[in-house]
Amino acid sequence: MLMKNNKFSSLLKEWYEGNLSFDERMNIETEKPVIKKEETTEKQKIYLVKDVENAEEKLTSKGYKFFSVIFCVILAVILVGTVNFMPLFADDNTPTTNEVYEHYVGEGRDQTGAVNTVAGMILDYRAFDTLGESFVLFTATCAVLLLLEQSKDKPIKKRETFTYTNDPIVRLVVKLLTPIIIVFGIYVLFNGHLSPGGGFSGGSVLGAGFILFAMAYGEDFAAKVITPKIIRVITICSLSFYCLAKSYSFFTGNEFNGIHSIITPGTPGNIVSGGLILPLNIAVGFVVCCTMYSFYMIFKRGRLD
Amino acid sequence: MDFIMNLPFATIVFSLFSAVICFAFKDNKARFISYFLLIASGIMSVSVVFYNLTSETGYFVYRMGHYDAPIGNEISAGLLEPSFLLLFEVVMLLSLSGGSHRIMQDVEEAKQKYFCIMVNLTHAALAALCYTNDIFTGYVFIEVCTIASCSLLMLSKKTRALVAATRYMIFSLIGSSLVLVGIILLYAITGHLLFPQLYSTIQELWATGEYTFPLTIALGLIVSGLAIKSGMFPFHFWMPDTYGTATPSASGILSGVISKGYIFLLLKIIFRVIGYEVFLQSNIQYVLFIFGICGMIVGSVSAIKTNNINFMIACSSAAQIGYIYMGLGLGTKGAIIAALFQIVAHALTKPMLFLSASGLSDTVGRRQDFASLRSSAYNNKIAAFSYSAGALSMVGIPIFAGFIPKLLFSTSAFGHGIQTYLMLIVLAISTILNVLYFLRTLVNIYSPAKVELTRKNITFKTAPAFSMIVLVMSAVNIAVGLHSQPIISLFEKGLELFINIR
Repeated sequence: MLMKNNKFSSLLKEWYEGNLSFDERMNIETEKPVIKKEETTEKQKIYLVKDVENAEEKLTSKGYKFFSVIFCVILAVILVGTVNFMPLFADDNTPTTNEVYEHYVGEGRDQTGAVNTVAGMILDYRAFDTLGESFVLFTATCAVLLLLEQSKDKPIKKRETFTYTNDPIVRLVVKLLTPIIIVFGIYVLFNGHLSPGGGFSGGSVLGAGFILFAMAYGEDFAAKVITPKIIRVITICSLSFYCLAKSYSFFTGNEFNGIHSIITPGTPGNIVSGGLILPLNIAVGFVVCCTMYSFYMIFKRGRLD
Repeated sequence: MDFIMNLPFATIVFSLFSAVICFAFKDNKARFISYFLLIASGIMSVSVVFYNLTSETGYFVYRMGHYDAPIGNEISAGLLEPSFLLLFEVVMLLSLSGGSHRIMQDVEEAKQKYFCIMVNLTHAALAALCYTNDIFTGYVFIEVCTIASCSLLMLSKKTRALVAATRYMIFSLIGSSLVLVGIILLYAITGHLLFPQLYSTIQELWATGEYTFPLTIALGLIVSGLAIKSGMFPFHFWMPDTYGTATPSASGILSGVISKGYIFLLLKIIFRVIGYEVFLQSNIQYVLFIFGICGMIVGSVSAIKTNNINFMIACSSAAQIGYIYMGLGLGTKGAIIAALFQIVAHALTKPMLFLSASGLSDTVGRRQDFASLRSSAYNNKIAAFSYSAGALSMVGIPIFAGFIPKLLFSTSAFGHGIQTYLMLIVLAISTILNVLYFLRTLVNIYSPAKVELTRKNITFKTAPAFSMIVLVMSAVNIAVGLHSQPIISLFEKGLELFINIR
């Protein structure tokens, strides 16, 4: 009863009803009773712009900046301070020099069949992590496609950037270099279990080769040679193969299933050796290559075809 | 029966594989694959729960490859892992099917398949986060989860959704990098990545006092990284924008499932890597406790201040996450059971609120401010009913799921000195604030509009799937609220396994 007519109750009422400003309320009440679809979206746009401005305001507010600086400084001080208490790097007595390390280095070659210990580690001992890593790439590709890919009815955007397509020297050099780069990439892929390299590095070299080709010959030409369908098929096949091959390996790795793997490490040093490492390297390489190439095309051209 | 031990790994690989299959589709038929995946994985999770309930130890470790623990990779499943994965699957399935009509409106037709791809990848990541027994595998799938959840947000056609997604990405990446730095430090001082070996090494290091400082920093970084990713105060500022602008399915999945996935991983790390005793001695729990109770108040206050229904629900998420961290921070088994139940209650309620709020705002031409929403309840009665159910659950009214965690929190609060008073007072204040802002929306949607706003000509048609799903969600909420005891005893058993069995 006391609060019936005082300021507080009117404020409370205002809040409950949604405290729009006077102008906004007038706007709503005097609105014409017909809202077509376009008008709704137009209105929403106005709301959106205003909301974004509010968000920007909030972001750039002084408190926000102040606390982020404080947060970063504290974090930096803590991390630098921690270094003092850490074990020495590459010392013989560090905790990382343990039975795991000895096993990887000592028995890796015989167990996995890979001369390159790193390949044996990432594609045999810890293949599940690498499966996750290649799916990180796949997720990133999908994210870039969904964010930047333009629909087919829109014209391809032409950016006024410098192109090498009409430069005779660059074209000639690229014509000579591209096959060499691609062959080198394939070599790194196929030799990943025998020498430094493997799926990620070989795939990057291959992807770089294709990007160079697209730069020199123009994206239009490159899109005709490497069609989106090819990219999609290669990505899908590589990832599916990785999933299926590793499923087989995981399934047979547990004795209670009663099935033993027919895949053997082979003779370390031979090109066909290392069990699943060689095909998995190729699969990972193709995924990396397709990811890099499609990133380039999407950022440059807006779409793959 | 041993065949069931293959199911956790099958769930993860099957979800990854189905994401690749969805990529091959050109139209939005991909969503049927997502439905199939979520239903099949749900059945698999149920089987694992029953297998572990009937088995002797209630826990098993599955080798991912041909090599045993410190050399190779492995996953493990007790009772909590499959139960929480089941919860995530149910919530994802309901959010996806309930909001499918909005996905078709909000997302360009050519890009609808990406929504399904991202849902499948999110599911794979969550399954891996639940089952992992290796801290680095956990990190890899945190990355998958981060990119997939940002993509779910970006798919909405609104420009603001991009701003919100960018902000979410920044926060999320800060969290990921802290986790990564923490893992690197932990590896440098222990030399292991697998949970059982990490656990024994950490116990040894803590007992001998060697590397105590870097160990504390590493654990602090991992805990704070995951806390930032799940939206703990003061890192909750991305929430209103993110949940408020995305399509309702994405908001539901993000608030109900993804942030809970990180919390579950944090719980797993606390019990299976750090160890319960070391965690209690490290004093990290007090930080969580303080930030938790601050989050409860600050989240509720921002919810009161906002004028937009979706932003309000999002701010209330920040407050509800605060409850979970308060429970973890108190550190007793009772409080942790309460926090686990809070995860269940919140995961079941929030997507329901987002979906029904979208149903209400659809009737007034997608306006989300309270003045426009007035009397919208009469235009979409089912959405209004489920919104009311959700609001009652969030406030903590008996028979709804939200009541149980509040009861458990307050009973577990006793006997902790100053923490008892702090917790009880903040619980009371937070509940009053919850009532204040949820009552406000309820009064608004049910009270008649002052002026007949222009909504006569807004053609509005309720999607049958939407009505069915929000009713199912309300029913599930009430069922969980009425039959909480089996769930609590399952959690108690699961927590015992978490603490004791290695």
